[in-house]
Amino acid sequence: MSLAFDENGRPVLILREQEKKARLRGIEAHKAHILAAKTVASTLRSSLGPKGLDKIIVDGDGGVTVTNDGATILQEMQVENEIAKLLVQLSKAQDDEIGDGTTGVVVLAGALLQQAELLLDRGLHPIRIADGFETACDIAVEHLKTQADTFEFTAEDPEQLVKTCMTSLGSKIVNRDLRHLAEVCVDAVLSVADLERRDVDFELIKVVGKEGGAMEDTQLIKGVIIDKQFSHPQMDKELKDVKIAILTCPFEPPKPKTKHKLNVKSKEEFEKLYKQEQAYFTEMVAQVKASGATLACSQWGFDDEANHLLLQNDLPAIRWIGGVEMELIAIATNGNIVPRFSDLTPEKLGTAGTVRELSFGTTKDKMIVFEDCPNQKAVTIFVRGGNQMIVKETERSIHDALCVARNLVRESTIIYGGGAAEITCSLAVSDAADKHSNVEQYAIRAFANALDDIPMALAANSGLDPVGTLAAVKAAQVETGNSFLGVDCALKGTNDMKAQGVFDPLSSKVQQFRLATQMVKMILKLDDVIVSGAYQ
Amino acid sequence: MASFGLQPVQILGDQGSEERGSLARLSSFVGAIAIGDLVKTTLGPKGMDKILQSEGMGASQRGSITVTNDGATILKSVLVDNPAAKILIEISKVQDDVVGDGTTSVCVLASRLLREAEQLVNQRIHPQVIIQGFRKAAEVAKDALVEFANLRDAEDTDGVRNDLLNIARTTLSSKVVFHDKNFFAEMCVDAVMRLRGSTDLEAIQIIKKTGGSLRESFLAEGFILEKKIGVGQPKRIENARIMVANTAMDTDKVKIFSTRVRVDESAKVAEIEAAEKDKMRAKVEKILAHDINVFINRQLIYNYPEEIFADNGVMAIEHADFDGIERLAMVTGAEIVSTFDHPDKVTLGSCDLIEEILIGESKMIRFSGVAEGAACTIVLRGASKQLLDEAERSLHDALCVLSQAIGEPRTIYGGGASEIHMAAAVEAAASVQGDKQALAMEAFARALRQMPTILADNAGYDSAQLVAELKAAHASGSSSACLDMYNGCIGDAIDLGVLESYKVKSSVVSSAAEAAEMILRVDDVIRQPVRQRAQE
Repeated sequence: MSLAFDENGRPVLILREQEKKARLRGIEAHKAHILAAKTVASTLRSSLGPKGLDKIIVDGDGGVTVTNDGATILQEMQVENEIAKLLVQLSKAQDDEIGDGTTGVVVLAGALLQQAELLLDRGLHPIRIADGFETACDIAVEHLKTQADTFEFTAEDPEQLVKTCMTSLGSKIVNRDLRHLAEVCVDAVLSVADLERRDVDFELIKVVGKEGGAMEDTQLIKGVIIDKQFSHPQMDKELKDVKIAILTCPFEPPKPKTKHKLNVKSKEEFEKLYKQEQAYFTEMVAQVKASGATLACSQWGFDDEANHLLLQNDLPAIRWIGGVEMELIAIATNGNIVPRFSDLTPEKLGTAGTVRELSFGTTKDKMIVFEDCPNQKAVTIFVRGGNQMIVKETERSIHDALCVARNLVRESTIIYGGGAAEITCSLAVSDAADKHSNVEQYAIRAFANALDDIPMALAANSGLDPVGTLAAVKAAQVETGNSFLGVDCALKGTNDMKAQGVFDPLSSKVQQFRLATQMVKMILKLDDVIVSGAYQ
Repeated sequence: MASFGLQPVQILGDQGSEERGSLARLSSFVGAIAIGDLVKTTLGPKGMDKILQSEGMGASQRGSITVTNDGATILKSVLVDNPAAKILIEISKVQDDVVGDGTTSVCVLASRLLREAEQLVNQRIHPQVIIQGFRKAAEVAKDALVEFANLRDAEDTDGVRNDLLNIARTTLSSKVVFHDKNFFAEMCVDAVMRLRGSTDLEAIQIIKKTGGSLRESFLAEGFILEKKIGVGQPKRIENARIMVANTAMDTDKVKIFSTRVRVDESAKVAEIEAAEKDKMRAKVEKILAHDINVFINRQLIYNYPEEIFADNGVMAIEHADFDGIERLAMVTGAEIVSTFDHPDKVTLGSCDLIEEILIGESKMIRFSGVAEGAACTIVLRGASKQLLDEAERSLHDALCVLSQAIGEPRTIYGGGASEIHMAAAVEAAASVQGDKQALAMEAFARALRQMPTILADNAGYDSAQLVAELKAAHASGSSSACLDMYNGCIGDAIDLGVLESYKVKSSVVSSAAEAAEMILRVDDVIRQPVRQRAQE
């Protein structure tokens, strides 16, 4: 850090504890920021698209995550650099809003900054660059809207929806079993979607992963699945036409909340107490039985004696169910959660067609499934996979695909993928650039160049020649005027993204452009970083 | 770390690091290949064992020794730091869970695939192209395997048994018990045949007792409990009526919350003591009212109730652990009882004979002629604990494979025959594949052919010669030609009885291809800072 000195050679301190602080400013600061952002973006660049490569992330305890999901990579990277942190938030913002395109947004921001750096070298003022980018972004977004297609599907024929989900899943490791998983996702979204209000409540979709089995065994369970087993090993493993009592009280003698002590002073009292204790158990079971329930689900534990009484009375039971699961069961079965045995009435019971225990492989894992519930709204996607890593990654991919399907249910305008949208915008923006008579012309043209980076990255990741592919596709777009020509990542032999069924929701793409531009503007406006010395 | 001018721009946290591109790929390849090489020598009937010495912190663990050639056990015990190696280990663990055997093969095949892939990457072939090629090759290989498999006639009982014996022998011949493999193969097949198609290995119990030789191991029909019978109680009961219970037989605690006994004179203490005793007596009487002659409890039985049981000629067994209780309940058909008020509702277990037997130096209780005919116990004898542990692992593998093989009527020839056949099919497919993927498919075929090479190498034969002969034999149409590892020549799988389960082999191919793909897709390794642990 540069210091000012007075005539006696003593440094003039401006900031408190100035010597401990790092400071960067001016063009130097810009360059350092751009470098940091570019470094992060270049890490993600190779994960873009259907053929994007994976990253291994080793966490602090030596655990391994394998993923190519942009948001996950950035979060797990634990970056320290301030600018890199902004990029992490950028991908998170995209993840929160749209749930997909988290890699694309970071790569675009990186490309924009790279272009900005060239302009800075030419002596353009950062603010002019930022303004130019803003203008260009508006042009691109407007152009996108004119190029958008409408997307039609009905609940009866979700084929189009399945195709979109396949695009989203295509970039993940799961693409071996693409079609199946996409169908599972669409099925899940459609079963909870309210098509009239165009709304999807994600609370109702639960994604549960379990190690073991093949990815092909992943299935949608129209009901609820919980990681529990029946409380007594000899209870029936499969129940039909079940009436369920959903209890938040334990099968144990009651525990009053106020502090108290019960003193036993004589033999009579001791015996009385024993009788009372027995009475508690029989009464509890009798109450459940009397309500007509054929299955008891409790949030708490059971005493051994109660457990056996339940078995003896042919009343299967599940204990230690978590709060969220309790609610899911209640919603699915149309039951009420009952806090006391005495409140239990036949109306409050939930119903389900089947309740059964699933067991897996040679290990002793067991799970319980509630199926054919009256309220089909709550569904569970049950993910299987070779190992923990694959299961986790599949869960993440399914989440992304669910988001895409949801967005399409909400909004039916789409834009073609495979870089087609970026290429057509790039053409439109560079055309528009020539019409600007001031310096911003250069910034606008730079924006167009940055957009080209996305199809180039897609091509490079698929093992194609990036520059040649881009040039060919661009020329084809200009020649035919079709905005749906893109990079053939899947190597299907056609550049027609309409035919390949590769598309994204318009909102996702617009959001990507807007977020990336905003972020770059913000970075360009920073010309001074003061890092406070570490707290002593 | 990126640098700007001379000033480094730090992006990751202090100890975090990132490896990119070819460097990351190199480290993954090296790690995975190292793991493959580690277990390579244990493959096949002449595979070597490994000594695993534990470096645990506790005094009981330190320096404890395991001798094994079970791939899953070795991989579980080696602590690796390389993320790719971890992936490989994870995948082989899944193989262990799902089919129970073939863990070593998965690891070795995956590492061979990666070794081939490394060379292709060095020839500037894009990893995605290799992955596509591998996928196609794996499909072809699996199809070839289906067509190669022999369908067993389920009606032909002798044939089934013969097949199973061959499978068991093949599995066991690579384990520590290979000297007595016929003996153990018979034992395993007998045990599995008792299950009558169920894959529930719970019913087969393995008890290890040091002393004697492996040959003195035996299969006991029924169930053996490693417990003692109470003093003064009958040591032998015919036509037993058994109650399996989980209840407190020491002092019955009062379960009503926060009760305590507080008395003001010693006479009352005596009274309460008497009341307690009465309560226990009442409980025992209630139990006796079930008309039983054997009582087995999960919890302790105090002297007093034990004495009452003895007086009534009932055999009482205490402290049977939870696993034991569940198993016992299953095999005798009893329910686990915790309350005793309704004798008419309790299902008792039964068995023809219960007696105390001596195995080696220790007394045990044998239940024979149990209701659940599937149950049996394998008692293993052997010179040392390590030997017994290893024998148990071997038998476990064999039992898993057999139980899966009963449900799956397809078998394939072992001794390298299937690999050579698959390799030929993949090569044929590669020759009509008109693009770069053909190179990857050829590599896949080479990796498959490495498997018999390693088998021969481990046995100390001239692998190049043998594999060439084997390949020629297959090409000229004798599909049952395989390696004869005892004479060092090419033999006939039918004569030698070298059969493997189709399911295991098919799972080996797909798991290995999956693992290789997963590692190939990685182009970046990000390490988070190591979490600091407090010193113990």
